[in-house]
Order: sequence, then C-alpha cells, then structure tokens
Amino acid sequence: MRYTSPTTVDEARSLLAEHPGSRVFAGATDLVPQMRSGRPAPPVLVDLKKIAQLMSVTHENGQWTIGAATPTANLTRNHDFTAMFPGLSEAMGLIGSDQIQNRSSLGGNLANASPAADSVPAMIANGVQAVIATADGTRTVPVAEIVTGPGRTSLADGEFIVEFTLADTPADTSDAYLRMIPRTEMDIAIVGSAVRLTVSDNIITDATVVLGAVAPTAVTVPDAGAALIGAAINAGQIDDSALNTLADAASAACDPIDDKRGTVAYRRRVAGVLTRRAAATAVERAQNGA
Amino acid sequence: MSRTHITCTVNGDPVDFLASDGTSLLDALRDELGLTGAKEGCGTGDCGACSVLIDGRLNCSCLVFAPEAEGTEIVTVEGIADDDRLHPLQQTFLEGAALQCGICTPGVLIAAKALLDANPDPTETEIRYALAGNLCRCTGYDKIVRSVQEAAVQLKGAAR
Amino acid sequence: MTVTDDRPTYKWVGTRPIRHDGYEKVTGKARFAADLDLPGQLHAAYLRSPHGHARILSIDTAAAAGMPGVKAVVTGADFPDLDPTDPNFDVSVNVMARGTVLYNGHALAAVAASTRAEAAAAVAAIQVEYELLPVILTLEESMADGAPLVNEHNITKFVESDGPSNLATSNVVERGDVEAAFAAADLVVEREFDTAYVHQGYIEPHACVVDVGPNGKADIWASSQGHFMVRALTASVLGWETSRIKVTPAEIGGGFGGKTTIYLEPVAARLSEKSGRPVKLVLTREEVLRATGPAPASKSRIKIAASNDGELTAIDCWFGYVVGCTNDFAGLVGAMSVASYKFPNLKLEAIGALTNTPKSAAYRAPSAPQAAFAIESVIDEIAQTLDMDPIDIRLRNAVVEGDPTAMGMPHPRIGFVECLEALRDSDHYRSPVPDGAARGIGAGFWFNIGEQSSATVNLNEDGTATVITGSPDIGGSRASMALMAAEELGIDVYSITPVVADTESVGFTDVTEGSRATFSTGMAVVNACRDLIEELRARAATILGVDLDAVTWVDGTAVTDGKDPLPLSAITAKAKSTGGPLTVTASLNAGGAGPSFAVHCCDLTVDEETGQVTILRYTAVQDAGTAIHPSYVEGQLQGGTVQGIGWALNEEYIFDDAGSMENASFLDYRIPVASDLPMIDTIVVEVPNPAHPYGVRGVGETGIVPPMATVANAITRATSIRMTSLPMSPPKILAALDTD
Repeated sequence: MRYTSPTTVDEARSLLAEHPGSRVFAGATDLVPQMRSGRPAPPVLVDLKKIAQLMSVTHENGQWTIGAATPTANLTRNHDFTAMFPGLSEAMGLIGSDQIQNRSSLGGNLANASPAADSVPAMIANGVQAVIATADGTRTVPVAEIVTGPGRTSLADGEFIVEFTLADTPADTSDAYLRMIPRTEMDIAIVGSAVRLTVSDNIITDATVVLGAVAPTAVTVPDAGAALIGAAINAGQIDDSALNTLADAASAACDPIDDKRGTVAYRRRVAGVLTRRAAATAVERAQNGA
Repeated sequence: MSRTHITCTVNGDPVDFLASDGTSLLDALRDELGLTGAKEGCGTGDCGACSVLIDGRLNCSCLVFAPEAEGTEIVTVEGIADDDRLHPLQQTFLEGAALQCGICTPGVLIAAKALLDANPDPTETEIRYALAGNLCRCTGYDKIVRSVQEAAVQLKGAAR
Repeated sequence: MTVTDDRPTYKWVGTRPIRHDGYEKVTGKARFAADLDLPGQLHAAYLRSPHGHARILSIDTAAAAGMPGVKAVVTGADFPDLDPTDPNFDVSVNVMARGTVLYNGHALAAVAASTRAEAAAAVAAIQVEYELLPVILTLEESMADGAPLVNEHNITKFVESDGPSNLATSNVVERGDVEAAFAAADLVVEREFDTAYVHQGYIEPHACVVDVGPNGKADIWASSQGHFMVRALTASVLGWETSRIKVTPAEIGGGFGGKTTIYLEPVAARLSEKSGRPVKLVLTREEVLRATGPAPASKSRIKIAASNDGELTAIDCWFGYVVGCTNDFAGLVGAMSVASYKFPNLKLEAIGALTNTPKSAAYRAPSAPQAAFAIESVIDEIAQTLDMDPIDIRLRNAVVEGDPTAMGMPHPRIGFVECLEALRDSDHYRSPVPDGAARGIGAGFWFNIGEQSSATVNLNEDGTATVITGSPDIGGSRASMALMAAEELGIDVYSITPVVADTESVGFTDVTEGSRATFSTGMAVVNACRDLIEELRARAATILGVDLDAVTWVDGTAVTDGKDPLPLSAITAKAKSTGGPLTVTASLNAGGAGPSFAVHCCDLTVDEETGQVTILRYTAVQDAGTAIHPSYVEGQLQGGTVQGIGWALNEEYIFDDAGSMENASFLDYRIPVASDLPMIDTIVVEVPNPAHPYGVRGVGETGIVPPMATVANAITRATSIRMTSLPMSPPKILAALDTD
C-alpha cells in the first residue's frame, strides 16, 4: 500500500486513474476501522487534505463553499456557519469525539455511505449540492443523489467529491437535527432526523424532513414536510394535530432493520418522536431569527 | 509495502524516521521513536488512549497514517511537562488520584490539555463532553473531571 | 467519610499521599506490557475460529510457514494434552484448541513473523477443514433434554455425574421451612430476571513478550493480576517445570478480574522456543472482546415472603449462570448475595450451564451482581407494595455480626447497618427527589478473600525503606503498602519505595483479586515491619549499650530512659557494625477477610418517548473497614459503580445465530463515557475488620454489586414499569413501556 498526498485536484484525478482500486480519504475515521476489520487494503491511498480547495471554507455572495475534506470541527467552530445552519452544525458536532471531529469531513461522512451518517440528513434538508471531480471535469449533484445504498454511492470509479455548496438561509428559516444514541457520545445513530422549515406570520410555509438510520439511505419524507406546511404556530408551539401527523408520517417512512443497534419497532417509533422535537426546535430558531 | 522517510517535530525536537505507508502514527511513535506514552486501546478511534496533538489539534494517532505527519508538530504525553516541572494537569491528576491503572491517563491528559488550551474556563459538562472520546474503565471519571477543574483554576491563576 | 468509634487514629494510614508510581504514569514513562520491546523480537498473530462450534479435521500450515518473514507456526499439536481432570485443563484448551473449536474466536493456530503485517498475512494462509457441530448459545438450549454437548470434556462439579453434560455446576442450600413460611406470609413477590454477558472492558488489551533462551528458560514480561499465576498456568499448559519460567510484571492497564487467568503466554513461549527469538503478542480490541472472558449471562427466579410490617420471612431463589464453553466457575459464590438479609427460611439453587461462547472469567465480585440485581429488585417491590421506605425495609432485615450467611456460617463484624444509616442521613437521601426524576436504592456485598502473600522490607543505610511485594498494583496498592509500612516504622511515607517484584525476587503471592491486595499483602508488609522493629530494638540496644527490654519503639525512634531517642536512620547507618543488613521477609496465608457491604442511591430521569435514562445524581456508600488511602478507596467505589451503571444500561454481548459476536468493538460494546455520568459521590464507612491489623476489608469488588438494582429500582419508580432484563437499554425500556 502506498500513501500519496496530491496537492491539486488534477493530480488526485491522475493517481486514481492510474491505480484502479485506490481510495481517497480525508480523516480515515471510517477507512482505518474498515481496514482493521479485514477489508482489503487499497493499493494506493490518496490523502485529499493537501489540496487547498478541499480544505477551504468560503462564504461569498450568499453562498457557502466547503471543501470536502475540511474537518467538521472547522465548521462547528465557525460561528457564522453555526449561526446560519444550527441543525447541520449539530449533526457535525455529533460525529464521534473531539478527536474524530478534528478528522471527519462532510465528504467522508457522505462518501462512506453509511445509512446512519449524521451530517447527510441535515445536508439534504438544507439542499446542499456536491461538486464531484469526474475523469475530465466536474459535475454538480444534490447530496441526496450520492448514496445509493449501504456502502454504495453513485460516484463512478475515479470520481471524488471536491466541495459542497449551499445557499444562505433566509432569516425566517432554520433547521435542527436530533439523533438517538444509547450513550451521550461516541455511538452510531439509531435514528436521525433533520428538519428545515420556514415560518412566516406564525405559519410554517415550507418544510423538509429527512431521516437517517431508518432505511438503506437517508430518506426525505415529503408527507412529513407536507404535514408541517400550513401548520399554525401559537406562542411558539406547533399545532398539535400537525405534530401528530408529522410523527406518523416520519414513522411510516421508515424502512429499518433489526440490528445490534436497534429494532425495527424502536426505530419507527423514535423517528416520529425525534422529528416532532426537531421541528419544534427548528420553529423556535426560525422565529428567533437563528 | 513502501516505506516513507518522514520528518516532523515531536515534543519540540526535530525527528525523522522511516515508516511503512500503512503504519499508523501511533505505531510509528511507539516503534520507531520509542515514545510509548500513547497507547493502543482499540486501534479504531473509539477509546482515545492514543490521543496526541498534531499542530495543536487533538487526534487519535491510531487513525493517522504515519506519512501524514510530515512537516507537522506533534505533542505526546511525554512532551507536556515543562522540563522538570509537571504540567498543572499532571500535578492535579496526581494530587486528585485521577488515575488508577494509568493506561488511559496519557490520552486523557492530552485531551484535557487540548480542552484547556481552547477553553480555559470549561463547565463540568464541557469537560465531560471534551473527554467523551477517552474511555476510562477504572475511575468512573469523577476524579478525572475534578482534576481537570482544579488544573483550570490553577492555570487561570498563573495566567493572571 | 463516616468513622465508627472503634477506629483508632493514625499518623499515615488514612492520609492521601501522591502515589509512588504516579510520576511515571502521568508522564508516559510507565511500562505496560505492550510497551516493552526486545532486540530481534518477532510479532505474533492468531488464527481464530470463524465458527461457533466445529471439529477441526485438518490444519495445513505449510503455506503460512513459507511466507515472507515467518519464523514459527504453532497449533494445538504443539502443546501437551492435559488430562481432563487436571485443574488447568480448561485453561489449556482455551489457550489453543485441540481437535474442536468451542466458540467463535477460539484460537487454533498462531504465527510469529518479523512484522505484525507478515504474521497477519501468514495467518490468513493457514488452511483449516472444519466439520460444523451444533452451536448452543442460551441457557435454555444448553439445559434442554437431549441437547448436544457444548464441550465433550465437561463433567458437572459438586454433584454425582454419569458422564459429560452441559451442566457446569449445581448447588442447593436450604434452611428453615420455606414452604411453610410462604404459606403463612402476608405478601409474596416472585419475579424472573435475566442479564447479558458483559466484559470487564479494561482499556489495555492483553499483551506479553516472551524470550525462551537456549538454556530452555523463559523470561516473560506480561501484564496480569498475578505473575505467579502466569508462571504456574504457563508452565502447566506447556508441560514445563515452574522453575523454567520467570515472569516480570508489567504495569497492568486494568483487569477487574479479567486478568486473573492467561491467554497468550504459552503461545508466545512456544513460538519463541521454536524460532529462537523473543516473541511479542498483543491482542487487538476485537480479540479481547471475542476471545477473553466475559462475565456470565444469567437468568434467575426470586420469590420472597414478607410480613405486613416488612419482615422478610423467606426466600426461594434459583440462579442459572451461562458460563461459556468451559467449566471453571463457581456460581454459587455470587449467588450467596442472599446473605445480606436475615431470611430465617431460605432455599437457594444455583447452576452453571455451558454454551458455545467465550470461556467466562472473573469480573469484580464474580456472579454477585447478577444475583443482587434480582434480589434487590424484589425487595424494592416489597417495599413499594408495603409503602415502606426502601432503607427502612433493609434496616429491618439487614444482617449483623453473628447472623448466618447462606451457607450457615456466622457473619463476622460487618457494617451493613452502618452503611444504610449513613445513606439515610446523607445529604443526597435527605434532599427531595428532583422534579420529573425518581430515586432508587440498592445494596450488596462481597465476602472478600485472603490467600497467600509475601513481602520483603529492606531498610536502606540512609534510613529509607524498600517494600517489595508480589501483588501487581491495579489501582494504587503501592501507596497502600507504603502507608502501612510508614505507620509501622514511623518514617515518612515518601521515604518508602514500594516495589512489585518478579517471580524470582519475592516470595509466592496469589493473584490480586477478591479485594485482597491491601488486606493480605498489606498484612504481610505489616508483619515484616513488626519483625523489623524487633530487630531495630535489638540493634538500638547494642548501640546504646542497654538491655533489649529497656528499648521501646515509638514513632520511628528507639526510646530508652535517660538517653536521647535514636532515630531509625541512626540505626540503619550502623547496620554493618551491629549485625549486618536490616531486612525481613514475611509471608502468610491470610484468613479473616472481612465482608464489605455497600448501599447505593441514584436519581434519574427516563425519557418515556425514547427510553433514554439520564443519571442525575449518584451516591455510593461502602464499608471499607479502614480506608488506608481514602482517595483510592473512593476511586474503587466510583469505578465499580460506573461499571455497574454500564452493565445496567447498555453493555451486552450480542451474538448472531451462529455464535459470532456482532459488537466486538468499543463503538458498539458501549461502556460509559464521561458525558453519560454525573459526579459519583462516595461515603466511606469505616467499621474496622478485627482480623486485620489496620481493620482493612478490601473495597475493590463490592462497588459493582448494587448499581444494577439501584438503577432498575429508580427506573421502576420513574415509570411504574419493573425492569427485569439487563441491559435496560432505550429500546428495551420503550418496549416495556409500550406493552404496559
């Protein structure tokens, strides 16, 4: 196995083309445990962290551009970013310990294609776009279109994520992410729920709900979003019947498995609970201009 | 497996060593440089016993490939004392009986130092979350958290 | 701290000096087993069974032996077959499978090569043909009529046996008339409980370096709870004389009972012997979880009778411990936990059942936590039903000195009542339960043990002392030894250097287990110091020119009427001219270990929509006898408590249908992290143990006994659901709430 650390996207592209089966990485927080559990080592490791573009965060003309290999800790320590995307920041702040967050990246969290990746539902809810280096250029696709199943992505051989783009959140819009883990830290989500919504004159006018860890990929739940849209807010509280419809829609959208981390029944039930709570938090934030 | 020549700074000293490309920084520190303070408790980033600072940032050295260390400044538990004077965290850990078996201690000290470097006045909750990546099976964390609190007080006093 | 009247005051005992090995441990200099490297050393790796139970038809190591860097390969054929009646037979078979693999993860070959990567690559090239055998994973499967044998060599202990079976042990104890008592009772509560396999979870994986020289002698560096145990078991598994082996104890990175046996050393020794090179063998975390001893899973049925005024009149209980693939487990010992209460009528049955899972090992108060969880839950239910305070019902029934244990022997002086009173009077218990929270109480104890220890105390020419013992320091025992020696000799605790010596430099010492190090090894240190003081008086008499009877030893000085007191350093300075070096060795097989009782109290909340439990406040009260170094006593209470909280809430082995462990990592075997917990308050009660010169009871074990019931009882009071299955993980709690 050979370690390489290209300094340009082109150089990385060439390395991947020359060495089929090689792997790009940023934090290696998933790669190393996979190799230790017996997955075959790739012939070439391509460390993306020496490519400046993949490590930068910029905010210009109402748009954020986030290098795919940027440690999530860089974002959760960026107060402008966390103020604008509190839910996405929460999600990144839940990926393992401080040690892990100094290494983990949005690109890695997405491309590893775990159904339980915390940042993915929140990225989808916020309409994040991924810029992908292809064999001879780039293409831009919504994050929702990257993961196709556990450990599988729509990235072709030799393709890798360069950066993510997302637009500023309007003042009346905010997001929240909650997940269920048995401990308070260090676990993989049993259920994750991201909600982004807009509140105008005490009415929810737009809402997106995305669940993690309850299906082979993160799932956007249109029925859940629809349950919120039009719901009235009284004294900061979402209308109860809307919340119940929301929870039922979230639970109904789950296609989970029984595994060592949780049961089907538990995941279904808690998906509704967390979604209701996340929606309440998002409303509070949207109304407070957060 | 090819071997790479790596030059970096460890605990203030320039060092260089050869390491196979798949070697972890943890193994390189222990096997090539003889710095066995950082421990392997899991090898998968789940226990924090291998914690080191890389360019001031807290990392599990088991998740870092040795060649990534090129050009970096690394601090291990062996490097946090000031010559013969223990770091306040080391002193409060001793006085507060914050270690029993001592295997997690090097990683806990490094994580606590990373916390206090960034946040000199942490709450108990902040300390507990900052140390959540460092498993300790002996102490129940109580005396660790108290010793970090005491070190924070001492460091603030010294800074005044 | 709560001190009873009969505890004397001391100058050193009960103080909190910085531990003598502390500097090394906060600077990274302390040498744990994996920290040692020898010139020319090889690295070894295991081949482990991917099957839960299979006959090994053939092992072909030829390809592996020819791979780059490979210097030696061993299989079961490289180890002598011990007779199944040999007490170390099970250890031998677990170290390396012979003919049959008994669990998924069972070692069946190992390779030594120049690098770890080469060893791992060679292991993958070993070819094995297996014939799969039925896999037994649960107590019900194991005990079913006509169940296939888990282990064809298992013979049931403690009962007449007509051949191999899946029953490991079976014990019954009875006193009084249980049936009559139940018939006459005002209230009877009966419940069934179950608990999962849990691991000791020490952070240091097992590791050793072994160098077998051309003279056939082996040098072993290893971390364990007892290096004399390592020497004896390694010799037995290799078929060697004990004298061929020297074991040097490395610092030990946690054991909690899990390092009271061996896994690696004979394998590394044979690889070293075959290769002629030192061999280092270090387990991965996955191997630690898959192939070293968890504590047994259990099921139990508890039936307790009570009168309307809260007198517990009878108990009928059955405990089934699931002990894994071999039989070296004494389940009854822990089931004796019933002995916390007077129970005039008692029936106790305990069995151990074999399964195709890793061989279980000791874990802090072995098998008592499972029993206490069940019994203390039922007592709590009785208190609730009778609307009694949970401390009052325990005070009403608590055993005191002279009350019988389960086996009928009388309890010695114990401090259960004092612990209950200390909790009742504590700030925690007197404070109102926080809004939205609930409070639970649980109790428990451990007998503690004595066993054999040796100690040598050397007085140095400058008046300092070296205290040499054979008890590995797993949590501050060096400091305890130094404190007791300082108290005896009357010199500063920092003038004493406590040393844990190798098997050739100190007398035989049993493993550090059963909370015995400070008790028994401490007693050996005290005895050695007292002999030294006699010698110091004699030397002082010579120096002063007076009769021995005229010299008394007071606070580190020889005192004689009409002369200046002679300090210890003045005597050691003249050692050569007064008879030579001042050194004494003492050894003993200690009796009189004192049971240590504990009562715990926990405030928690339950999120009834997710099943998540949050612990808000926790107090552990325990009788230490005498706390030699109170900080490390508190630390033992806190550590045991948090292990128990992990056992209560989230820790469990999860096997697939074929017996493969699905959560063999610290990611998914969820031990508590710092953010899961509040501070763990402690109240150390001191009811001195009359059998120890300083009243020590030993404190390491008991802390893990009460937490599961304490947490369960709080959850019950929060939710009105009686949780009877561990772990009480969020999915289980939510399911219980939903079915209610």
